[in-house]
Amino acid sequence: MVGIVSYGAYIPRFRIDTGEIARVWGEDPNRAKKSLLVESKAVAGPDEDACTMAVEASRYAIRRWGGDPADIDVIYVGSESHPYAVKPTASILADALGASPHVMAVDLEFACKAGTAGLISAMAMVKSGMARFGLAVGSDTAQGAPGDALEYTAASGAAAFIVGSQGVIARLNGFHSVTTDTPDFWRRAGRPYPRHGGRFTGQPAYFKHILMAARGLMEKMGTGPEDYDFAIFHQPNTKFPLSAGKRLGFPKEKILPGIVVNKIGNTYAASMLMGLARVLDKAEPGQRILAVSFGSGAGSDAFDFTVTENIEAIRVDGVPTVDELIERGRFVDYAIYAKYRGKILMGDEE
Amino acid sequence: MVVPRHWREREHRYRLVATKCKICGRIYFPPRSVCPNCGRKSIGNMEKLQLSGNGTVYTYTIVHSGMNAFKLQKPYILAIIELEEGPRVTGQIVDAEPNEVYIGMPVRMVFRRIRQEGASGIIHYGYKFAPR
Ligand SMILES: [Zn+2]
Repeated sequence: MVGIVSYGAYIPRFRIDTGEIARVWGEDPNRAKKSLLVESKAVAGPDEDACTMAVEASRYAIRRWGGDPADIDVIYVGSESHPYAVKPTASILADALGASPHVMAVDLEFACKAGTAGLISAMAMVKSGMARFGLAVGSDTAQGAPGDALEYTAASGAAAFIVGSQGVIARLNGFHSVTTDTPDFWRRAGRPYPRHGGRFTGQPAYFKHILMAARGLMEKMGTGPEDYDFAIFHQPNTKFPLSAGKRLGFPKEKILPGIVVNKIGNTYAASMLMGLARVLDKAEPGQRILAVSFGSGAGSDAFDFTVTENIEAIRVDGVPTVDELIERGRFVDYAIYAKYRGKILMGDEE
Repeated sequence: MVVPRHWREREHRYRLVATKCKICGRIYFPPRSVCPNCGRKSIGNMEKLQLSGNGTVYTYTIVHSGMNAFKLQKPYILAIIELEEGPRVTGQIVDAEPNEVYIGMPVRMVFRRIRQEGASGIIHYGYKFAPR
């Protein structure tokens, strides 16, 4: 049996209200709240990046697991905001966790689905017997260009999953992935902000791939929406996953437990994984989960999990739930947000 | 040349790994290769010890005009933390406002960026502390 043995999430402390972003750019303060159903987003502090958040989420996962980090044989870190263009986040993470030096560690990039690409790859390594335990992390300090529609939702956060074949809390029943060349969102090398195809990001990109991956998986497994207790989708906003779920035949009640974007925004490579973490925070043994990521460019990874009785054993003190992380938010105004996220042109350093 | 020094120190900066003298039991952080209490006898008798990262604020100060590297964070809290295992360590306190910190406050180690060598240089990561 291969599956998830532990998980941890990290959400930075700062938040900005989407109405505050709208105020600065002269737009309707309720625009993001009404059209995207996103109230606020998480903002990393000035001393945080995709690497520090990956470490924090992974340390929570290790604490829940209680295992020895040296038994982790493979580490994947998915992000579109790795702090270095060349020099792996995964090597820093491996050292910070005490998993080095006998570990295969590498960074992945596939917009918002780099984290789930790591998750299935780590599971494949474990299933093939090439790794005892694997760690897959999605972590991003996502940036939208100032004044761009993306700025309302591009947020910061991380989610880490330890996978293995012993002490499995969520068994992998099946997997299906789809990939096509779709230019819905991109960022060229050396450029600070991404560009996107506006409305093109919806139907031909997000919905097409999510629906194709979910249907492909359910066809493989011989299942339908009625077989799952929870459905989790990549969440660039709250509307998209609700609409994708509806088109697949999932009632809202099965989708809402995995929604985090309304309070913390789109954490990119952590987005679907954060929803999965929130569901695992409250899921009961025997419950079945469909989880589908989406990465621009474009592709989707769909997972079918069943929660096991081991889930109770990893609900330990001292590791916050996703809801506890969401609740600890401290709101800042646009000026502080701009300072923290490097949007102010500074003088030369030192 | 800061790169090799930071690299050599990463085990204790990233993970709070201390050393413990097998003769007298004293714990040192930052780690020492010789115990000042036992002198030459301790050579070869210092073992690595992974600290829990939990501690309490022993004392603190609020820095209003610090180094340029901390410009974005000021005013910030600099504290001496008494770790569970005994050693005291100086570190920044994050995720708390200056008016929220107090002596005896329980904190835990967090992993943050400490500074960077300009926009094209190495990023130095290490420990800071946050309320627990
Ligand atoms: Zn001694």
